[in-house]
Amino acid sequence: MSERVAVRKTYKLFVGGKFPRSESGRSYLVQDSNVSLASRKDARDAVLAARAAVKGWAGATAYNRGQILYRVAEMLEGRREQFVALGVPADEVDAATDRWVWYAGWSDKLPQVYGGSNPVAGPYFNLSAPEPTGVVAVVAPETPALLGLVSVIAPAIVTGNTVVVAASPTAPLAAVTLAEVLATSDVPGGVVNILTGRLSETVPTLAAHMDVNAIDLTGVTDPELAADLEVRAAENLKRVLRPVPVDHDWLADPGLGRMTALLETKTVWHPKGV
Amino acid sequence: MTATATSARSDLSELGRSETALRTFLHGLPGVDQVGAEQRAAQLGTRSIKTTAKAQAIDLAIGMVDLTTLEGADTPGKVRALAAKALRPDPADPSCPHVGAVCVYPSMVPHVAEVLRGSAVHLASVATSFPSGQAPLEIKLADTRAAVEAGADEIDMVINRGAFLAGRYSEVYDEIVATKQACRDAHLKVILETGELATYDNVRRASWLAMLAGGDFIKTSTGKVPVAATLPVTLVMLEAVRDFRAATGRQVGVKPAGGIRTTKDAIKYLVMVNETVGPDWLHPDWFRFGASSLLNDLLMQRTKLTTGVYAGPDYFTLD
Repeated sequence: MSERVAVRKTYKLFVGGKFPRSESGRSYLVQDSNVSLASRKDARDAVLAARAAVKGWAGATAYNRGQILYRVAEMLEGRREQFVALGVPADEVDAATDRWVWYAGWSDKLPQVYGGSNPVAGPYFNLSAPEPTGVVAVVAPETPALLGLVSVIAPAIVTGNTVVVAASPTAPLAAVTLAEVLATSDVPGGVVNILTGRLSETVPTLAAHMDVNAIDLTGVTDPELAADLEVRAAENLKRVLRPVPVDHDWLADPGLGRMTALLETKTVWHPKGV
Repeated sequence: MTATATSARSDLSELGRSETALRTFLHGLPGVDQVGAEQRAAQLGTRSIKTTAKAQAIDLAIGMVDLTTLEGADTPGKVRALAAKALRPDPADPSCPHVGAVCVYPSMVPHVAEVLRGSAVHLASVATSFPSGQAPLEIKLADTRAAVEAGADEIDMVINRGAFLAGRYSEVYDEIVATKQACRDAHLKVILETGELATYDNVRRASWLAMLAGGDFIKTSTGKVPVAATLPVTLVMLEAVRDFRAATGRQVGVKPAGGIRTTKDAIKYLVMVNETVGPDWLHPDWFRFGASSLLNDLLMQRTKLTTGVYAGPDYFTLD
């Protein structure tokens, strides 16, 4: 009997809930696997998918979003060995799973902490409520491959934003595997879109795109590129999260900053009965 | 040669006189190879149009748009805003061409005419009990006259599909002839409503029927039935206008309408026009897109080409 030939996997993009190859047809080698090399058109398609998903995701109840994010943690737990096989340390996978759960819990609590009634000098109820900003472009940190990625995606989507993530160019396998987790955990298609490849190709397109509302530059290590991206982002007044130092401690308590930075505040004045 | 062509021409003009002659002619048209037409249309849709050619195609397509609103909820304010957009589709860029025409219901024609007066943008009105066409002829003609008197210089009529499908070709023919008379100087576009004609053979017959009866344009759809313009249907119609010009010397325009929403779609149609009937038809006088949301996508793509940055729908008006 002949020996079985192993089925090798191509690591493709994750756009609109599907796993397409790059429209450019290009790929590059990482850890002996073929990974799609995204082009600016893939970035454009990803923004379209993310924009289309905003209405449904932002419109879902906070409770529902929390449940779906918790479901992601469940799926991630089940794939622990797969991540370990890709070289992600086991305790990093656990920390990443815990981080999903932590952010999942915030979905229906953040509006209470970050919004509320304002005292005003007049016969009005004055209420502020946080709302998602819309489509967020995210540059994932180079390392840690999984925990870093989860720590930038979860806070953006828990409040109702949708994201286009430029995965770490050197560690994209964990990102595509996370996409497989997301694809099997009730996250609607388009809420998270993941592009693999060179940052210099996709991120400037995302930074300049007029239909992107915010950009998180966490994983940008080149200060010149970061400055250029900020200038591009200024064209339509995107919210910008500046890069974090490469020695950032991702295991530390993340705080609320990453969630609140991607929100808009809606304030309602309502007349009080007399 | 000339004698044959002339006699062919007079033969065709005689066709309308008898139901039998019309039926014999229409059913004598060669059948459409369905698989072939669909394959040809799909293959033409794979052409890659880039950079300067794309810029040219986008400007041409903008000039071909019949900016349409046909809603029960149309108001004078809404159609005036639409007409203003037709004149200056991209207020941020004066080099952006104006659209081909504005297309509205007859009751809205006077409001649009006010805005468009003195411009090169045409004013089209649907008529003849759009979209069903199920009304007595007198009412359809009154509808048409009212639209023309109110200032429409293009009339989009619907054919009587019930009569066509029942095989009463003369009735359809006579209605088109009567509507054409009611149009006076206005251009007549004949809507075949291909989504209700069921077969490509019927589309070919209806196209010939509309052209024989004097239509200046043949248009695919009302946009009010689930199946609107498709590439293969438009291909069949383009072949019909090409053959009709070869037979009679008269050039007829084509207008696909409904379901064309993206620049990519529009460019596929332009490629098909060029490959099927040639550059003679690549002009707003001979080819139009009946669309509303298409214009914004064209503008976004145009902005992308001029600024290098992907545009967003937030920066263009909704209607």
